[in-house]
Amino acid sequence: MKEPLSREAMATRVGIELEDGFYVNLGIGMPMLVAEHILPGRRVLFQAENGVLGVGPYPSEDAIDPDLGNAGDQDITLVPGACTFDSIISFGMIVGGHLDVTVLGAFQVSAKGDLANWKLPQRTVGSYGGAMDLAVGAKRVIALMQHVTRDGDPRVVTSCSYPLTAPQCVSMIVTDLAVIDVLPEGLLLREVAPGWTAAEVQERTEAPLIVDRVKEWKTI
Amino acid sequence: MAHDKIEKSCEEAVADIGDGASVMVGGFSGRGTPSNLLLALRARGLKDLIIIRNDASGGWKNPIDIDILLEAGQVKKVVTCFAVFGSPKKISALEQAVLDGRTELELVPQGTLAERIRAGGAGIGAFYTPVGVGTLAAEGKEVRDIGGREMLLEHALTADFSLIKAHRSDRIGNLVYRRSTCNFNPHMAMAAKTTICEAENIVETGEIDPDLVMTPSIFVHRVVHVPRSAS
Repeated sequence: MKEPLSREAMATRVGIELEDGFYVNLGIGMPMLVAEHILPGRRVLFQAENGVLGVGPYPSEDAIDPDLGNAGDQDITLVPGACTFDSIISFGMIVGGHLDVTVLGAFQVSAKGDLANWKLPQRTVGSYGGAMDLAVGAKRVIALMQHVTRDGDPRVVTSCSYPLTAPQCVSMIVTDLAVIDVLPEGLLLREVAPGWTAAEVQERTEAPLIVDRVKEWKTI
Repeated sequence: MAHDKIEKSCEEAVADIGDGASVMVGGFSGRGTPSNLLLALRARGLKDLIIIRNDASGGWKNPIDIDILLEAGQVKKVVTCFAVFGSPKKISALEQAVLDGRTELELVPQGTLAERIRAGGAGIGAFYTPVGVGTLAAEGKEVRDIGGREMLLEHALTADFSLIKAHRSDRIGNLVYRRSTCNFNPHMAMAAKTTICEAENIVETGEIDPDLVMTPSIFVHRVVHVPRSAS
């Protein structure tokens, strides 16, 4: 039986989108894996909304600086050329349109690129964090998620049933089955995971997909 | 001496915070969080506090958070952007207090929260932002076309007290923050009637290079020395 792609493979695919010189914010959770999958020869500076530009790899035990972390409270290091700053400067970068890309986790993305990622409907309380700001402010929003829920329900939907983070903000969806571009005319199925067909991806997708330009899964 | 703002203890520094006070609390997760001032505040046994703070989800590496006030039943309302962690398995102290009807929650997008605090400290009444348009965050708010883009009217936030943390302070209250501990601290310092700072290091006035002061002393009213080893 064919398997969906691993988290590593999904992160690798997103990494291809991050070009030399880009400034990028990675959301908490799976998007953070993308930092380890930048193509050789490309320099990408990662922003953390708690006030860091130039997030480096995780430190070894003896190199931890308790004053230095990312927005998920993980210990981090800084790359040469990094800087730290307050929340106003940080969200000036984000809402002011200075970030080239943000990669955000998602519960649902709609055919129009609406993003829902801050609250599960069955839960009384959710967390906006910086997601609304990132979704509205970054030049390009890539949603990274599993193609279906644990129960097998599609996450790429006609219209989101979960509360929105921002309307019409996602330009690209990367899942464990597909790469989908959000275009004015609809969702373009650009790539399918190795071994999967466009029809199989459509079966697991609520929103209609444009399938006349499907290509092989892009690898490094 | 008016220009020596050093207090003897965290307890003395928070002694005049009363029931129903609004309190901003600096920090992002455990970093830059004035844990020792929070412990002293909890010991006052107050009620009906209004807490304004980036994260109220608890569960970070530093266990001393506003959770300790919520668990003690001292908080009437929380204004924050992180109310819970992603996993529904973990119920935060705030989530429990909201479910029990003990505490009111005002959820604000993070950048909007920062800007509302900045505006409050700078004498700006309100501002328009594109963040939150078309979402639950827009409920009850004026939406206006600004330069061809829909934006929400958001009002400034101020507080009776701010509890903040700095890496270094001089005796007059000029502050320096280190690495990612800066976050909300400088703006909260400006937005409260009384700002109380927990500083890891105290130096003589004049020892901090004026170019390197991150929060000017005019915004800081009390400083308590809590060396890192003691915190």
